[in-house]
Formats: sequence, C-alpha cells, structure tokens
Amino acid sequence: MADPPTPPAVQSRSVSPRKTRLSLVWIVPIIAAIAGIWITATRILGEGPKIELEFKTADGLEAGKTKIQFNGVEVGTITTVRLSQDHQRVIAMAQMAPKTEDFLVEDTHFWVVRPRVSGASVTGLSTLISGAYVGMEIGSSKKSRRSFVGLETEPIVTTDVPGRYFVLKAHDLGSLDRGTPLYFRRLQVGQVVSYDLDEGGKSLTIKVFVKAPYDQYVNPDTRFWEASGIDLSLSASGLDVQTQSILSILVGGIAFETPASDPVLPPADANTTFQLFDNRAAAFMPAARNPQDFVLVFKESVRGLEPGAPVEFRGIRLGQVVDVTAQVDAKTFEFSSPVTVRLEAERLGLQVRDLPPGADLPALRRQLIDSLVAHGVRAQLRSGNLLTGSLFVTFDFFPDAPKTQIDWSQHPVRLPTVPGQFEGLEQRVNSIVKKLDSVDFKGISDDLQKAIEDLDKTLVSARDTLDSADRLVQPDSELGVELGATLQEVSRAARSLRVLTDYLERHPESLIRGKEGGPK
Amino acid sequence: MSAAAASALEQGLQSCEGCGLLSRPLPGDEAAHCPRCGEGVEFRKRQSIQRTWAFLIAAAACYVPANLLPVLTTSTAAGSESDTILQGVVLLWSPTGWPLSLIVLVASIVIPSAKILALGYLLVTVQRGSIENNEQRVRLYRMVDLIGRWSMVDVFVDTFTAALVQLPPLMSVAPAPGLLFFAAVVVMTMLAVESFDPRLIWDSLTPNEVRHG
Repeated sequence: MADPPTPPAVQSRSVSPRKTRLSLVWIVPIIAAIAGIWITATRILGEGPKIELEFKTADGLEAGKTKIQFNGVEVGTITTVRLSQDHQRVIAMAQMAPKTEDFLVEDTHFWVVRPRVSGASVTGLSTLISGAYVGMEIGSSKKSRRSFVGLETEPIVTTDVPGRYFVLKAHDLGSLDRGTPLYFRRLQVGQVVSYDLDEGGKSLTIKVFVKAPYDQYVNPDTRFWEASGIDLSLSASGLDVQTQSILSILVGGIAFETPASDPVLPPADANTTFQLFDNRAAAFMPAARNPQDFVLVFKESVRGLEPGAPVEFRGIRLGQVVDVTAQVDAKTFEFSSPVTVRLEAERLGLQVRDLPPGADLPALRRQLIDSLVAHGVRAQLRSGNLLTGSLFVTFDFFPDAPKTQIDWSQHPVRLPTVPGQFEGLEQRVNSIVKKLDSVDFKGISDDLQKAIEDLDKTLVSARDTLDSADRLVQPDSELGVELGATLQEVSRAARSLRVLTDYLERHPESLIRGKEGGPK
Repeated sequence: MSAAAASALEQGLQSCEGCGLLSRPLPGDEAAHCPRCGEGVEFRKRQSIQRTWAFLIAAAACYVPANLLPVLTTSTAAGSESDTILQGVVLLWSPTGWPLSLIVLVASIVIPSAKILALGYLLVTVQRGSIENNEQRVRLYRMVDLIGRWSMVDVFVDTFTAALVQLPPLMSVAPAPGLLFFAAVVVMTMLAVESFDPRLIWDSLTPNEVRHG
C-alpha cells in the first residue's frame, strides 16, 4: 500500500462530527409540518356538512360534478348517487361548502334544475350546456336537518318573496297550470303555485301566491275568476270583449277584484279559501246568503232545464236550479220531475237587518212563504230562449190556482207549481181540437154545397129578371113610349087639375052654384 | 485485502468529494479545503444524520397533505373539479387505461413513500451502528439517489398542463395546493438524500471486522 499523500499540513487531531448542537435545519420539518397540518386541517375541518338528498330520478345528476346552487352561488357538490334500499328512489350524497350548516334546516328545499319550457316562461336554459344542477331554497326553521327529500319541480315562489298564499276551489283546471299568472287590475301580481285534485275528485284546489304589497287587496269578499282567453258577450249595449293580457289569452290566467261597493274589509288571512269562478260575470253575481233548498214537482217535460238555470220571481233572480231528476208513481204510472232549487229568500225583501233582534228568522221566512202561497204564488216553467229551448223557473201570482198548503215537515220542502205557459196553451188547444173533432164537417159541407147550388140558381134567375128589367127601361122600348104618353096624360091631367083648383080658389061658390056663365 | 477495511477517517484523512483527494486537515481548522480542487472537505458530512432526519420528517409531513389535497383543478363549462392524486389514479383506471393509471400510482405514491421509508431505514440502521447488509444498504441509497430526480416529473407534467390548458371559459386547468406539497415532498427527499453521508454506513465497521467478499 502506498504511503498516504504528502500531508498538506501538520497532522490534526481526529475530529468527530459534533452531534450535540441542534441544527438549524430542523426549522424545515417544523415549517413543513405546521404548513401541512394547518392546510390539511383547514381543508378537512373546514369542509361543510354532508347531506343526503332523495330524488325520484337521478336524471342529470352526476357524482362529483353536479353542483348545488343557491341564488347562483355554488354551495355544494353531489358526491355520490346511489339507489335507495327499495330501488325506487335515488339517494344523492352531497358535500356542502363550509358554513352552510345554518342553511340546512327543516323547511329547506332542494330540486333539480333542468331546462323547462312552459307557455309562460322558459327556465333553466343555462343547464342545457352546463348540465343540471341542484337548486335550493333556504327555509326559515331553526331545526337543523341533514337528510332531505328533493322536490320534483322547482318551486314557483321562493320563501324569500314576501306575499301570501290563498286557496282557490274550482270545478276544473281550465287552462291553468303551475306558474299561470294572477292579475289584479291587469297587473301581474302573483302566480299559481300548485294544484291538486280534492279527495273524491269533485273539485280542484289551486294554490296561488300573491306578492306583497298586492296581497293586501285580497279581502274576504274578493272574487277570483278565470281570466283565460277572450270573454265575448253580446248584449243590448253591443259586443263586449273582455280579456286580460295577450299572455293570459295564450296561457290562461286568474284575475281577482274586490267589489267596489263593499265597505273596506281587512285583508284576508293567508290560505283563505275562495271560489274560482268561470268568468267575471259569474264572480260578481251576488253571493248566496242563507240559501235554502226547495223541491218543485213538475208534471211536464223538463227538457231544457239545466242545473244552474235561474229561478226568478217576476224577473228578480231568487236562486238557481240545483238538480233535475225524474220519478214515477208506482200506482198511477204518472211521471213527474222533482226539480231541486236553491233559493235565497232574503232576496224577496226579507232582509236580516230589518228584523227586530231576537226574531226567529226561519219562522218568519216560513210565514212569508205561507202567505205568498196563500195569495197564489206558484212556480212555473218558462221558456227562456226560444232558439235553444232552455227553460227557467219562475214564481208568479196565479190567483186562479187551486188552494194548497205547504208541508213544512218534508225536507226539502215542496212548493206548489202550476203547468207552464206552453203546457196551459197546449191543453187549451187540445180541447179546442177535440171540440172541432166532434163537429159534423161532412153534413156541414153537404149543406153548404146544396146551399151554394141553390144560390147559383137563384143568381141565374136574378140575372134574367134584371135583364128583362133592363129591357123594360130602355128609351125606345114600348114601355118607355107608353110611359111617356102616360106621363104626358098625367101632366095634362095635372094641369087641368091646377086650372080647376085655381078656378075653385077664385070661385069657391061654383062648387055649389056651378060654373058661372056656363049653362045652368 | 484486509487493509481496505481501514477507512480514511481512521487514518485521520479527509476525502474530497469533488476530486477524491485524501488530505490531512490542519489541527483546529474546521473549514478545510481540498488542496487540489478547493472543495470544502470534511471527515464526514456535518450533522448528516440530524439534517437527514429533519428533511425526512419534513418530507413525511408534506406527504400527507400532498395526497389529501387536490393537485389539479379542472374548470370546464360544466363546472370545476378538483382531483387529488388518488382520485386521478381512480379516474384513469379503466380496462384500457390501467397502465397509465399504474404509472401515476407508482410515480406519485409508491416512489415518494418508498424513498421516505428507505431513508428512514438507512438512518435508523446507521444510528444503531448496524453492520448487517451493508452492501445492500449502499445499493438502496444509490437507488434512492438515482430515482429522486425523476420524482419531479409529476410536478412538471401538472404545471405544464396548467400552463398549456388555458382556454377559459371552455376549459382551464390550475394547480391546486396539493401540488405544492407534492413538490415539497420531492424536494425534501432529495435534500435528505443529499444530506445523508453513505460513508456512515461503514463507520460502524472496526478495522478488524473485515468485510466479506
């Protein structure tokens, strides 16, 4: 082995690396650890709550991609999408952003925003490109919640919009839909929020939202009607066209108004139920007050009498027909039609406010009806429209009607009727026809024939007579000449008679003595 | 040859890391320089074990957020998405794409952790004065040293992607905090490898403990 190279200097002592002093390099791991722990901790601890959303379908939901947005701000992400235990629903787990805990309360709602095109609006167009996202509406409850059932459709009105909900009852939906506008004096003030068929399927419940401050114009007497399309009416004053906006013609709408004559009522409470009328005219018909059902039994045909047909008293509307049925008497096989009518007796002038306090209103009403019937008031079917043949019921005075009494123990009470105008007319015509039938038209016509023949003969002889008479009076006729001669003779005779009378006037004595100077 | 067992340290000599020249330092001179190439010479790297530990711990500390935090944020018109390394591996894993996924897995997760574990093992054995498997430990050290620089590939790829894919609003890619930690892991392990003095492996051998083979 070769010698070590020439030492450059004096041989030093053997120095071993010092190990006691703490190196500054330890700052590096400390900093790294602090930074790592701090950032990781803020990331993990700062993560928002995890929530569970239940939807009917995961259409458009993508794990890790689909965002949850509130007013356009991203507040979370769907992390996983899986089926529920029964495979009927979809459970989406979502990671919410930090500090969203206070959003997640009992009445917070989630829904999937997808492109939606309806007559009134187009929404969610942005989702065509970006894909669906989950929208949310923050509830006002204080109770925290982590598991939600998602709404199928986006709510029309979010809770942060001030206003009130009202409930409308309707027979059918018409052209209404979710989002259908609500008009007040043709100003759009709200929307249809939802609708649902009532139990039993007899009517619909429509929920509407009226924005503040317009909700204060809804009071208990407010009338709602369907303002869809165009309402045409032809009356004595001409053609009347009622519409709301062009939009409502296309997509339908609901309008409401409060009768102006009413005293100012306090605004209606939220969720007050109103009737939805078919049109404005129906909406503004006086509301029924204390209606009472009566039954009217008509023996004639009730063809043309529809439920809803008016019931009048000498032209004043009293109520309407509710039901038309038929019954047959098992013994006599006589058909009759009991017609149920709903009358408001108050419209006959019996106003509640006129009564002394404590008065027995039903008793007074009975008394009134009894006396009216006693005076000959009867119900009668009349033709309202000759073209359509529609009938209506009217009450009028028929003093000749047979006397009757009302049996108040029945329910509904039966009121007396008289045959309708047409039926009365028909009966009279019938009896006339019967009488005519019994007439011996054959004999009459034979006699007549004979008489006419006689007459003919008579006329012929009469003409002969006249002809001969005519001949007699002609100027050159024998008779005429003779007549002339005769008349001359008569004239002469008259002259000599005048001479005689003149002579007698001058010489009255000649009657006794005879003519003077003449031979005596 | 048995004499080879005697180390320069035992002979009182310092070896130059630059040119390999052995020199005898001046007494009391702590910052000696190689007389030939001027490189600072020491008997052993100063505070090697302590520094290596420090860097190793720093690397380990950074390794946790590097894997937990997203490394890349991809924003497209459909929204933005942040992925961690493991999510990327899962995303790439498909019947056809699994080799790529495997590369990412090995380069980004297996190698950094293997490096940390390997260095830790070397440090512990050196501190305990172990004389077992010396050759293998040296080979391990060399391998760690060799691989080290390639670990930055991940960081480069991510930063290149982020720089190139900038087409807002259609698509853009941005590095996320995890990438910073991942880079820190790579740098820390490289520094740790650099601080480690492999000669320490042999210091436990006394002159009479002859290496076999």
